[in-house]
Amino acid sequence: MSDNTFFTFEQQDDGIAVISIDLPGESQNVLKMEFIEELQPVIEQIKTDSSIKGLIIKSGKEGSFIAGADITMFGKVDTAEDAEQLSSSGHRFFNALEQLNKPVVAAIHGACLGGGLELALACSGRVITDSPKTKLGLPEVQLGVLPGGGGTQRLPRLVGIAPSLDMMLTGKQLFPKQARKLGLVDEVVPQANLMKAARKCVNDLRKGKEKKTPVSSYFSVKGIQKLLLETNPLGRNIIFDQARKTVQKKTKGNYPAPKKIIECVEKGMAQGMTAGLAIEARNFGQLVVSREAKALISVFFATTDLKKDNGIDSDAEAIAINKVGVLGGGLMGSGIAYVSVDKAKKQVRIKDVRTEGVNGALNYSWTLIAKKMKKRIISPSTARHTMSYLTGTTDYSGFKHVDMVIEAVFEDIKLKHQMVEEVEQNCSEKTIFATNTSSIPITTIAEAAKRPEQVVGLHYFSPVEKMPLVEIIATDKTADWVITTCVELAKTQGKTPIVVNDGAGFYVNRILAPYINEAGILLSEGVAIEKLDKAMVKAGFPVGPITLLDEVGIDVATKVAPILQDAFGERMATPKAFEKLKEDDRKGKKNKRGFYQYDGKSKGKEVDESVYSVLGVSPDKHVDAKEISERGLLLMANEAARCLDEGIIRSARDGDIGAIFGIGFPPFHGGPLRYMDSLGIETVVERLQYYQKQHGDRFAPAEILLTMKENGENFHS
Amino acid sequence: MSENTTKKTTRSKKEDRVAIVSGLRTPFAKQATHFRGINAIELGKMVVNELMQKTELEPKLIERVVFGQVVVLPEAPNIAREIVLGTPMDVHTDAFSVSRACATSFQSVACLAESIMVGDVSVGIAGGADSSSVVPIGVSKKLSLALVDLQKARTMGQKLSILKKLRFKDLLPVPPAIKEYSTGLTMGQNAEQMARDRGITRQEQDELAHRSHTLAAQAWEEGKLDGEVMTAYAEPYTKDPLHQDNIVRFDSTLDGYAKLRPAFDKKYGTLTAANSTPLSDGAAAVVLMKESQAKALGYEPLGYIKSYAFAAIEADHDMLMGPSYATPKALKKAKLKLSDLDLIDMHEAFAAQTISNIQAFGSTKFAKEHLGQRTKIGEIDMDKFNVLGGSLAYGHPFAATGARMITQTLNELKRRGGGLGLTTACAAGGLGAAMILEVE
Repeated sequence: MSDNTFFTFEQQDDGIAVISIDLPGESQNVLKMEFIEELQPVIEQIKTDSSIKGLIIKSGKEGSFIAGADITMFGKVDTAEDAEQLSSSGHRFFNALEQLNKPVVAAIHGACLGGGLELALACSGRVITDSPKTKLGLPEVQLGVLPGGGGTQRLPRLVGIAPSLDMMLTGKQLFPKQARKLGLVDEVVPQANLMKAARKCVNDLRKGKEKKTPVSSYFSVKGIQKLLLETNPLGRNIIFDQARKTVQKKTKGNYPAPKKIIECVEKGMAQGMTAGLAIEARNFGQLVVSREAKALISVFFATTDLKKDNGIDSDAEAIAINKVGVLGGGLMGSGIAYVSVDKAKKQVRIKDVRTEGVNGALNYSWTLIAKKMKKRIISPSTARHTMSYLTGTTDYSGFKHVDMVIEAVFEDIKLKHQMVEEVEQNCSEKTIFATNTSSIPITTIAEAAKRPEQVVGLHYFSPVEKMPLVEIIATDKTADWVITTCVELAKTQGKTPIVVNDGAGFYVNRILAPYINEAGILLSEGVAIEKLDKAMVKAGFPVGPITLLDEVGIDVATKVAPILQDAFGERMATPKAFEKLKEDDRKGKKNKRGFYQYDGKSKGKEVDESVYSVLGVSPDKHVDAKEISERGLLLMANEAARCLDEGIIRSARDGDIGAIFGIGFPPFHGGPLRYMDSLGIETVVERLQYYQKQHGDRFAPAEILLTMKENGENFHS
Repeated sequence: MSENTTKKTTRSKKEDRVAIVSGLRTPFAKQATHFRGINAIELGKMVVNELMQKTELEPKLIERVVFGQVVVLPEAPNIAREIVLGTPMDVHTDAFSVSRACATSFQSVACLAESIMVGDVSVGIAGGADSSSVVPIGVSKKLSLALVDLQKARTMGQKLSILKKLRFKDLLPVPPAIKEYSTGLTMGQNAEQMARDRGITRQEQDELAHRSHTLAAQAWEEGKLDGEVMTAYAEPYTKDPLHQDNIVRFDSTLDGYAKLRPAFDKKYGTLTAANSTPLSDGAAAVVLMKESQAKALGYEPLGYIKSYAFAAIEADHDMLMGPSYATPKALKKAKLKLSDLDLIDMHEAFAAQTISNIQAFGSTKFAKEHLGQRTKIGEIDMDKFNVLGGSLAYGHPFAATGARMITQTLNELKRRGGGLGLTTACAAGGLGAAMILEVE
């Protein structure tokens, strides 16, 4: 039992054997088929070796147990049958482990996700460390698949149906305390005591001691719910019905995995483990080869890839950022300050012209930090310590040693130029000037700079703490060290950055504009607002284009629009509808006058019918929801193709991630460029030309698409 | 500036003096107003954090923090260390806390100055903070004893017999004591005694209070305090930020003071809430550096510490005369006469205490009987005295007052083109502090 590649095996004097998983050449463990094949005979031997009294499975990696199944494995299977086979052979191994005649305890420190948790579930006991690195969950649904290693069967049997569905349908990860409370693990201990606790767990199991469920769990709301609903078939039906409804509401039927997860649990609980595992393997097989899973997995790989990308092609190095200055305590400035303090752990000095502005920014961060404090995720002293990293001022005191200034003042070029000059006067020579403008070209802003190489765009999306994307905009003068420093900062802020070249609308707003404009055109033609929004939500966007306008602000959108029209001409012409609304002082949610009503009970849910009279239309035109969404999607994708062609984005990968993380482009399409790949470039050109004939030249296919069609190329290989 | 002072300044230049590089305080707020629910440690963190920002001081350069609070929070007696740990300061910054009642931040500044003089450290922060809004409310002595006994008790019977002895009134919470531990007298009673024995009238006291408020209001209106008082943003950041002390009366009239009833001796007393300094919340701090270090780092110091002295006197009679005992000692150390000074800033705990000390400064009798010297300390020129008002107007967060006075005096000296200034305070327990500052 010595020459193992993926783990070490050790037998101790007390008769307890320890398997320490340690994948060679990897920073963390993933579950591979080869590993299972290597482990199987060892388990067989343990079964017959009477000197072994029990087994502990631990990780040989610092800070992670098993981070999940090896996802590259999914890409290698061609058919649903192959994938089903993969799942079934996993089942056989986990069953053997579960049925071993000796206690097996998983000693978990660090990430224990997906296949890793499924392995732990097949053990007879689980002890974990109290480290913040320790997280347990089954995130497969986020990749469009399901836990195919028995997770859909063992988890509900251990923690109950409702909590297990919650975990598997959201893919959320539990902290140690939560895991213990749910009964997912037997004990939480400090890392130094992990092996001691695991040994004790093995010995207790050998003596047949019953595992302790926390007493409190019986009296909690969840405990009572479990008693009432899960112990009888009728109650279980209520749970499954409810889960199906929630899933349908959230996915609009665009994602097949959640439904299949529910099916596995339902069948398994009704017909038993064997039937449950069989259905799990079959469903797993179907999902792995589905279009949706392939797209979601591509997004996962693109994101992982971006995490390693420094955003530049040279070997310039990022400088260390210790202190960030933020100009403007409005919504954006406040959000940027928050992620810089609480996520990136930087010192932040925020400047506003008014002390009320500073106070507002402090309140913004404190509200978010206090929320974590109230949920006991952090202690009051940690909350206040974090908060002390954020200070405010109305002058430039405290700006001398700032490494980067991010300005988020009004979109006014004179004001921006003034900011550039003031920062150059009050900060150091190395201070980077980053602007969060969403409309003004960075090159124009940099005109006022003595050191234009240190001027860069850092475009966050609102609300900053939630939106995962940051566009980093480089002019032809921006230095590489500046760009890569911004990339590093954005990563520490918990963001996924893409580096784009300066140009009107940069990338995200540029591809968003024709999509929003199309909604405006349809609206002017008399298509009802809710119809437009519903069509796009059904197509997979988080909100419809009209709701988005209200959220972002109609005034903001009309500010960007003319810049795009100037740069790109007729195809970006702003619909007259938006101008009319601006004249009617409709700014959207912020002044409670928009397309939707913001007074009364249904805030932002009911259309403000008076909009139609402002526009001079009656909302009675019928256009098929499919056509509405196709027109929007195609225009967005077409513009994304142009951006790639013009070198605005560095790669198709960046184009896809930018659209998904910045706009909410349906992830199951894998991004606009992958969407065109999956439709086929030929079809895309055909459909665009079809609409071009009907509605005009804004649908004219991008040059690059025509060339690609000729050559039979795709965006992604 | 007299010739004499100029000479002295030039001479001391050769030594490596203790420089006060900058100073800052929060606005002082009346009890349970703007800083309601914010404890002294949070106030201390607030001021030190902002002081580092305004001074553009890298946390790593700060070697030591000396801080104080008078009303000590039992959960965190070492406020100085809590400030280091609770802000972006470097964990390797050493920190300890001191207490000298109302003269606490004179003590923290003196301790840090000494560390600099002996070459232990070259950059540090000293100051103090107090909250009268967050105070430790304790349990009765009987309950406290019973709780300790309960921990030791083993059987149910023993526990019951301990609990049986408690009466309902023992369970009521006890606010912090206002009486002096050793004398059993309150500060108000002490000041009342001083006014009574010296025949200081209500009118005189009210006039001093009115003067203090008028001068303080003027200082604010002329923008003299803007640079040394930070804007306070207080958790949860929903209240409007505080820019100014909310105790200073901007519309002070002498008639207003006459309306109040005596606060301590209801029958014959002359002390009122208006001619006594109110309970208040706030914090103040200064950055001290070795002169050579300050210059090496490119700072232009506000001024320098010329000398300081402390004095201790009787605590049950004339307890608040500290300034009259500490000042001559500090003058002697600096080889100066009172007339050499350009400004005198005396802490105004009570108008009565301030007037008593002004009298003593100008009294040969006092000098002979109490100081063992033939000549009086010196007649105080009221044009140099508390020129921006004093604690009666600003309020008195105990441990913050000394640092407030030091910074305020330095800035005023600077505005006047330099010179020498005295800052002095009385403190509970019969203590006194005096510090002479010089600005070039």
